Amino acid sequence: MLEKAISGTKVYWGWIAFLLLLMSVGAACYWQQLSHGLTITGMSRDVSWGFYIAQFTFLVGVAASAVMLVIPKYLHDYHKFAKILILGEFNAVAMVVLCLLFIVADLGSPQRLMNVLLHPTPNSILFWDMVVLNGYLLINILVGWVTLEAERKQIAPPKWIKFFIYLSIPWAVSIHTVTAFLYCGLPGRGYWLTAVLAARFLASAFAAGPAFLILVTYIAKIFTGFDPGKGVLSTLGKTVVYAMCVNLFLLLCEVFTVFYSQIPSHMAHLQYLFAGYHGHGVLVPWMWSSMIMAVIGILILLVPKNRERDNMLIIACLLIFIGAWIDKGLGMIGGGFVPNPLHEITEYVPTQLELGVSLGIYATGFLVLTILYKVAIGVKEEIE
Amino acid sequence: MKTMRRNFLKIAAFAALGWGVRPASQLLASAGAEPSEGVLFASRHAVHAGPNSLKASRWAMVIDTTKLTEKIMEEVVHTCHSIHNVPEIPGKQNLKWIWEAHMDHLFLEDLHEFQPQAGAKSALALCNHCDNPPCVRVCPTKATFQREDGIVMMDFHRCIGCRYCMAGCPYGSRSFNFMDPRKHLGKTNPDFPTRTKGVVEKCEFCAERLAEGKMPACVEVSEGAMVFGDLSDPESEVRKLLAERFSIRRSPTLGTKPCVYYLV
Amino acid sequence: MYDKNKILVGLAVFVVFMTYPFWNNIGSAAYKRPELEKVKMAKECVEGVEFMRSEHMAMLNEWRDEVVRNGQHEYHSTATHRVHAKSLTKTCLKCHENKDKFCDKCHATVSVSPYCWDCHVDPKGEKK
Repeated sequence: MLEKAISGTKVYWGWIAFLLLLMSVGAACYWQQLSHGLTITGMSRDVSWGFYIAQFTFLVGVAASAVMLVIPKYLHDYHKFAKILILGEFNAVAMVVLCLLFIVADLGSPQRLMNVLLHPTPNSILFWDMVVLNGYLLINILVGWVTLEAERKQIAPPKWIKFFIYLSIPWAVSIHTVTAFLYCGLPGRGYWLTAVLAARFLASAFAAGPAFLILVTYIAKIFTGFDPGKGVLSTLGKTVVYAMCVNLFLLLCEVFTVFYSQIPSHMAHLQYLFAGYHGHGVLVPWMWSSMIMAVIGILILLVPKNRERDNMLIIACLLIFIGAWIDKGLGMIGGGFVPNPLHEITEYVPTQLELGVSLGIYATGFLVLTILYKVAIGVKEEIE
Repeated sequence: MKTMRRNFLKIAAFAALGWGVRPASQLLASAGAEPSEGVLFASRHAVHAGPNSLKASRWAMVIDTTKLTEKIMEEVVHTCHSIHNVPEIPGKQNLKWIWEAHMDHLFLEDLHEFQPQAGAKSALALCNHCDNPPCVRVCPTKATFQREDGIVMMDFHRCIGCRYCMAGCPYGSRSFNFMDPRKHLGKTNPDFPTRTKGVVEKCEFCAERLAEGKMPACVEVSEGAMVFGDLSDPESEVRKLLAERFSIRRSPTLGTKPCVYYLV
Repeated sequence: MYDKNKILVGLAVFVVFMTYPFWNNIGSAAYKRPELEKVKMAKECVEGVEFMRSEHMAMLNEWRDEVVRNGQHEYHSTATHRVHAKSLTKTCLKCHENKDKFCDKCHATVSVSPYCWDCHVDPKGEKK
């Protein structure tokens, strides 16, 4: 079916060329990182994880979003989602590829990557993250490909695929839970040491993921005329808004717990993020923007009529996606490491080279996404 | 034709799985250099001490903050960093194995503000070689591991530079080589390796000196302000000091069981 | 077969590339063992020459894990019947002082660059 990806319009090839260009920029920046070390990033002794890990954390959530299509379709026979299901699964593939690339980019000694496999350490959550991420990647490649192939041949998919489809449901929950467990079991990091972190991660994932899916489906519609079906995207919009409500609610729970208990080491991080701490507050405008965007997005999507209108749905999804991205992609790491265990402040801002590498990685993920979507939509056009 | 190929592939896949059982189980069984490493879970590594080495069941350090002076602290930091080739890097991507820190920052809310005037204003911070170290718990390759005598070690050869241990340490004791350290070394001590960019490093309680029967370098130059010994030996100097004077540790409620005690 | 021309041309290019080391070296001299600097200080190494030639890589790896991970510093040499410290810097390099004239000779010839030197300080060679 891959042959569908090597024939396309000028716009398609122009987009591919653009992505390849971004990838070469990223590669050049990464070459600098391999030569000089991670000093090219804005990370420091105090803020030892930065943009790369933050992107990985956010994208794991977007990847898990496929489950929000699988559960209604396979567990509740909601057949309206059948047409865009493949888009969700292929999106998961692209997002997990992005996660893995960001993790590798963040390693100080990537040439020793295999040590994680040669010396497996189940007491380390990073080990389990590797297991669940790669597992989810394989499951989605398998499920997506087999079901698409079956659809192309106009026959029912083989019976054994049902096992993997059902497996993908708890597995999707696990990838984000394990990623949250990376953070929420560390004794010295007050911002992360909360039981609710895994729940928050899942909530923002189930908001940002379907929001992203809605947006790329619209893009597919514009460029290929792909029609997801009536009322599909507006129904998915319900998932986005309710998940984002839960996410905001859990955040408010955090705020209450931290500020009502008045524990200084816990308050410090939220203070740094939303008000600045001892004169340092580079993230403050970002965090408030993220809150405002999330609230506006929620207010828009709560109104059923807005979910039916393409413009409103797109705007709201954009707001919620960006809001969630700022929260996880910037606030998570900055808030966790600032102030440091000695209550000193070292702020973190990504450098240009760091953003360059990230851009290249994002371009790679979008290349995977483009190719897979071209195949999926090509097959669907073929059978019509 | 098509069916034959499919069958061949199916059989090949099963054969590969079957053939992979023995190598996989061998890999899991060895799981590293020595069986003592633990098949999967990080267990404490046995120490095969030579005839000259100092031995203990549980190494610990006692720092008498009242005896620490600016001069002593400077000397301690300088000695440790020079014999271990720790580079001097200006800015936030620096490395430090032991350093001077204000008492407020070391003990946060554990020390109230009405301390005696004659009390120390600053002391030394270093790896606490915890008995329940979170850094060892999170390391995905067992590159940081704990010895039976309690010392939390670093295997610089195995470290992949993921910096999970740095996130896990609640004391900020670990440093990462963001760049090639050799560019910032003044005089290199040829008897101790440097590290490369991309690995995490920290104090190792001078394990290499202990193996030769010597006390840690910081202890030797501290003019008696730092004492090192076996916590499980009731006759050791560290135990005697802890029995005579009031002592605190950094963030003990976190359950890390740190083994660096501060006499205040 | 389909695309016969393209396949045959591609196959020819592939074969040429794959056999490059062979036809490129036609006429050159056979591999000559480089001259290594003789050690002045000691009579014997911790192991015999032939053993070292084939095994020093594995031996150093074993030493590395035994010293760092097990704290086992002592090596009982079967050649000298003495106990040596398992250390590149403190044992090997105490005799083989000049990395350029000893280690690098063979390594450069067979195009091997071990990364030991990124960390282990060699006494007289390059200090980058």
